[in-house]
Amino acid sequence: MRSATASRRATEPGDAVIPPRGATTALRSRPAATSRRPAWRLGCALAAAAVLLGLCGLAAGSEGWSFDWAAEWDLVSSIRAPRTLGALLAGALLGLAGAVAQGLFRNPLADPYLLGSATGAGLGVVLVLSIGSLGGSAFHAAADGLAQLGLVGAAFVGALAGVCLALVLARGAARPMVLLLAGVVVGILMAALSDLLMLISPQALRGRQVFLLGTTGFLGWGETRVLAATLVLALPVAVGFARALDALVLGEQSAASLGVHLPLVRLLLVAVMALCTGAAVAQTGLVSFVGLVAPHLVRRCVTVTHGALLVLSALAGGVLLQAADVAARVVVAPQELPVGVLTAVFGGAYLLVLLRRRTPA
Amino acid sequence: MKPQRHRWPGSRRLNGLPRDGRRLLAGLPGVRWLCALLLVASLAAQAAGITVTDDRGRVVDLPRPAMRIVSLLPSATEAVCALQACERLVGVDRFSDWPQQQIQALPRVGGLEDAQLERIVALKPDLVLAGRFARAVDRLEALGIAVLVLEAKEMSDVLRVLETTARALGLPGAGEALWQRLNERIDAAAARVPPRMRGQRVYFEVAPGPFATGEVSYLGQILHRLALGNIVPAALGPFPKMNPEFVVRARPDLIMASERDFATMAGRPGWAQLDALRSGRHCVFSDAFFPVLLHPGPRLGEAAEAITDCLNGLERATR
Repeated sequence: MRSATASRRATEPGDAVIPPRGATTALRSRPAATSRRPAWRLGCALAAAAVLLGLCGLAAGSEGWSFDWAAEWDLVSSIRAPRTLGALLAGALLGLAGAVAQGLFRNPLADPYLLGSATGAGLGVVLVLSIGSLGGSAFHAAADGLAQLGLVGAAFVGALAGVCLALVLARGAARPMVLLLAGVVVGILMAALSDLLMLISPQALRGRQVFLLGTTGFLGWGETRVLAATLVLALPVAVGFARALDALVLGEQSAASLGVHLPLVRLLLVAVMALCTGAAVAQTGLVSFVGLVAPHLVRRCVTVTHGALLVLSALAGGVLLQAADVAARVVVAPQELPVGVLTAVFGGAYLLVLLRRRTPA
Repeated sequence: MKPQRHRWPGSRRLNGLPRDGRRLLAGLPGVRWLCALLLVASLAAQAAGITVTDDRGRVVDLPRPAMRIVSLLPSATEAVCALQACERLVGVDRFSDWPQQQIQALPRVGGLEDAQLERIVALKPDLVLAGRFARAVDRLEALGIAVLVLEAKEMSDVLRVLETTARALGLPGAGEALWQRLNERIDAAAARVPPRMRGQRVYFEVAPGPFATGEVSYLGQILHRLALGNIVPAALGPFPKMNPEFVVRARPDLIMASERDFATMAGRPGWAQLDALRSGRHCVFSDAFFPVLLHPGPRLGEAAEAITDCLNGLERATR
């Protein structure tokens, strides 16, 4: 069995949630029999919450709550339903990507936007928004292509391009530390580029702002289908590598000695992460904190290995974003809050609570 | 799809006819007349609808003149109201501010970038007026709502936008007429510009940053028609961000800005020595009025008049 004293110490109730390096709380040394049941219970609770929030989502209209679904069937079926389901799926993608990132980099502060996908997507959006001002015949062909791509397509391509650039700069995913730094560099570079574009065409400002704050308001059935397809593709792959992530908890050398082909595993997991994040970011913008907080939330409640952690994190992320989506619609109805503001408030508050519990008074 | 089976006796009979028989049938004068009649009828049906090409180059078909309009652009709101169709608006964006009386009771559906889809759809519009590259546009079209994308950068674009809007409202020609009146106001304003003010080089700040008005923007073109010069070269585009030092070095004869932005100017490093600031040669527009200058819509005539009024005031003060 995996039993590291360090990790046991880290998982005492009320103790460190952010464990020392190499001892992620995902891996705990308790008998499997006792750890499996709470995981099921949490899974059921989250699923129940998703269903409940789904019903709330169908009832949360632009004028506040409205339960007369038969009368408003058009609105419910064409706007509220895809939006609610889409929020669940996008949140799930972010939660999954967050759990993968934290396992892969063995760092509880890792989040899905780490490798430049966020700023890459942002750059894509700004490029499309500022096409008009980019004048000059040299840009014309590129501008036409961008216009064809649209905001969603450009964000997706940008997110993937950001991660690819980070991978190229780090010469593959073999050295996670280098990859992380490369991600930071790519992030800074792309953010600077989009700031520059913004100066050239200030009219892109508001569009970018909305993108940075995240929004679930534009999710239709088509968008939801894309998100669902991505999740169906990514979740099995990620869960398939759960054992490798478990092994990684023991350290790279131990993982290698356990027969994990690290370079390949890392590359595939980075790809999964990029795909999940890219799809979610393209459809909903930069929803903050969901990817970071969802795995923490799960670890806080149950002690599981990565197989369950990944699935539960996805579920938790989905529920989080769904809750934020419903709240965004009702809090200031008939106006609407950007969903990213709410996730930031929820997530920030949650992390603060964790901190408070950690630091002795 | 399954291949169509000839279930109807009539069709079977027709298809069963020998080739010659069919040719004979097609040759009958009555059939020709019927075809012609159908053609005319279909053309008439098409004429009842309206087809407009918007600024994406997309052809938007409207079965009838738009009667329930949601505007996501302040300038489009102004255009619809200036075309005497204000009562057809059923919702506007949060930045629309004119005509206040008519639109203050209308539902606000968010901004262009964060439009509230459900509110818009619940208003059952038959036309939504929007700007380019807003995600709401694709979603609204997917939900079966006609969207007209309007984008005006230069004065000629304003004409096109006004006429496109007018045609969607079923008022072809009204946009051009409105444009004519707008132009007459600008020309009248230009005629009133004091001779000594002609050729004066202007720095027009549209936003802190500082962002200036270039010669190729609609605002720059109005300044040009008022016989004013511009310190910003045309090559820099419609609303370029300037280096503050550039403005100081360019020594504008006149400075124009909103009240809020103007208040900060003297405090900017080196700007206090600008002649235009020291000698009071500036046009400061109230924050409430400033949008009139910024919206590429039917109120640009008013904007030109306000600038001319200010020039006349300056002229009187210096005399």
